[in-house]
Amino acid sequence: MSLLDLFKKKGSGDVAKDRLKLLLVSDRANCSPEVMEMIKNDIIKVISKYMVIDAEGLDIQITSTESDSNNGSVPALFANIPIKDIRNSDK
Amino acid sequence: MSEVIVVTSGKGGVGKTTTTANIGTGLAKLGKKVVMIDTDTGLRNLDVVLGLENRIVYNLVDVIEGNCRVKQALITDKRCPKLYLLPTAQTRDKSAVTPEQMIKLLDDLKNDPEEFDYIILDCPAGIEQGFQNAIAGADRALVVTTPEVSAIRDADRIVGLLDAHGLKDHEDLIVNRIRMDMVNRGDMMSIEDVNDILQLNVIGAVPDDENIVVATNKGQPLVGDGTMAGQAYMNICHRIIGEEVPFLDLNGKGGFFKKLSSLFKGEKK
Repeated sequence: MSLLDLFKKKGSGDVAKDRLKLLLVSDRANCSPEVMEMIKNDIIKVISKYMVIDAEGLDIQITSTESDSNNGSVPALFANIPIKDIRNSDK
Repeated sequence: MSEVIVVTSGKGGVGKTTTTANIGTGLAKLGKKVVMIDTDTGLRNLDVVLGLENRIVYNLVDVIEGNCRVKQALITDKRCPKLYLLPTAQTRDKSAVTPEQMIKLLDDLKNDPEEFDYIILDCPAGIEQGFQNAIAGADRALVVTTPEVSAIRDADRIVGLLDAHGLKDHEDLIVNRIRMDMVNRGDMMSIEDVNDILQLNVIGAVPDDENIVVATNKGQPLVGDGTMAGQAYMNICHRIIGEEVPFLDLNGKGGFFKKLSSLFKGEKK
């Protein structure tokens, strides 16, 4: 984004396009909220073996990300996992 | 052998029936023999958009149930001798027909000695039985959308279902109801934006033209007349039969001074 873009008001057409692009990625991934919840719980289980995480603050979603191949963008699973304590495991 | 084209959209109210009426009429004007089938059982409207509502004797469900032969149910359009309409029943619902019965009916029409060039199916909104019936025997799909988030989202879902049905690479997109004044001020997605999102071949773009309302009021499709929408629909017909036609400049009016100024600026249309 150039400096000029910052001052230019974004038209609602662009807003619609950006919203749709994100929406269609998750629509096409065919991920129901139930499946997302299961993925989330499994991630919590796995990560918790190694460190203490904030399960409440964990957020996962399917978005798209830039890629060199495949026409620029590919779907990606984005996870934001707040760590409460990086313990060195009690093994 | 006739080609079966389904006109579909997912969302209601984007212009499926208007598109079917205009493309069917346009293809007939180009000399093709066309049958249009309304598959929106219980909520039929193709008849009224074409101005043929007073001519209905038998309908699709009568043919399916064996109450009449398909030839008896076909209505000919006196203004357009190569055009036929098979209306559906108004007092029944979508469950009156199954996909297998639709395929059988289409096979009968394909093998008819009349040799129809195109069979065009007007699909109901939604993805339930009516949609399944309409796509069952289709060779090709025209997906109608408008530059709005709801219509585009539904179109994407429909394309997914058409792909799964084996119609991948046989789908084209029609972007309907474009308002260039809104696109130019950034408040409506452009044809390029819609194409970018759906990644589907755009076979035509139709402007939001008040003449469509006038044409529907009269029951006379406007395809091929001097209006912007009429020209846009005729261009789509040319592309359907495989001709290459440049896209219409939807910026409209195209008055003398506008043309002159764009000539000086060297603008690419």
